[in-house]
Amino acid sequence: MTTTDYDLVIIGAGPAGLTAGIYAARARMNVLLLEKTVPGGQILVTDWIENYSGFPEGISGFDLAEKMKTQAEEMGLKIETAEVHSLDLSEKSKKIVLKNKSITAKSLIIASGASPRKLGIGEDKFMGKGISFCATCDAPFFKDKTVVAIGGGDTAVQEAIFLTKFAKKVFLIHRRDELRATKILQERAFANDKIEIIWDSIATGVEGFFGVEGVKVKNLKTHEEKTIKADGCFIWVGILPNASFLNDSVKTDEFGFILVDEKMQTSAPGVFAAGDVRVTPLRQISTAVGDAAIAAVSAEHFIENL
Amino acid sequence: MTQNIIEIEDDSFEKIVLQSDKPVMVDFWAPWCGPCKAIAPTVDALEKEYGDKMTFAKVNVDDNPISPSKYGVQAIPTLIFFKNGEIADQITGMVAKEKLEETINGVL
Repeated sequence: MTTTDYDLVIIGAGPAGLTAGIYAARARMNVLLLEKTVPGGQILVTDWIENYSGFPEGISGFDLAEKMKTQAEEMGLKIETAEVHSLDLSEKSKKIVLKNKSITAKSLIIASGASPRKLGIGEDKFMGKGISFCATCDAPFFKDKTVVAIGGGDTAVQEAIFLTKFAKKVFLIHRRDELRATKILQERAFANDKIEIIWDSIATGVEGFFGVEGVKVKNLKTHEEKTIKADGCFIWVGILPNASFLNDSVKTDEFGFILVDEKMQTSAPGVFAAGDVRVTPLRQISTAVGDAAIAAVSAEHFIENL
Repeated sequence: MTQNIIEIEDDSFEKIVLQSDKPVMVDFWAPWCGPCKAIAPTVDALEKEYGDKMTFAKVNVDDNPISPSKYGVQAIPTLIFFKNGEIADQITGMVAKEKLEETINGVL
């Protein structure tokens, strides 16, 4: 086989990418991890993690990211900051196109994760000026203020509860008449007298001049529309894959999440996917690191059999 | 290593940032902000690269509420680039080093 720069290139340094890196470096593979911003992924914007095993007191997202990164680096993993622009998987040697150069590898693990989905209610205009996807970053700016939170899943409910540490009032807007979030979070939200849930409703727009002044809300059952006066608007309505560099090089579902088999193998031989970027029934740190272990061992087997 | 990044306060903002001869990058951060801590090594690396042409400073928004409020900072990390006392560019959130380099080159 033609020589390549690396045995394995991992794309993305969230929990999945870093864990794949730990396994691959420990297997003494010639491996490189590429990260477009900073190692950590979405856990960096998670204030507190209490459902990842081994941390009975819980751990901050930043601390967990640091620990994973340190563990990977101590194992000998090389991490480079670079954004992947595209992939060429037409040859046996897989080409990864970066901004100023291309590198080649025998196998790939795509662990590029996902990003918060936007609603198109003014996110671009008001980003950093009252609209936010990150309570742990921005909640303290809303001390004693009123904020709107949108969503009904784990993230929305957990972060709405976190917001009440600062805000005097949190309106949680949810399009259905029950929450999807796990029961313990629902119990906490219902018991929190700063949280008022606006059921069966969607946000249709954000009002404001320099910053957010109100959020327009429509009730889907009564069709009644009103504006809730608020200084901030936090949006947690699901995620979309960070996969624009794929350009149909591997098979995905209609949203762009990557399809894999039980070995984390994608439709392209030697290309694996792990974590939030793949089609999966659950997106958690625990599932991401599990995917990553399988993907790394699968990549190792793939190379051995070349 | 952050000793080359000047810690500024509300009282010293005017003198160090607005009256500076060189462009100044101000990193609005707080100790409780994970993403702020995560981008700190990138900011340090940029200081090493561009420190002779640009001053690098940071403001702890917990201890200094006036400056962030004056510039409408409602999210951190926010990096504001000042040139001749005025805002030349501004970036909120975690972004790639490449993007920051482009912004710095644009400001310089």
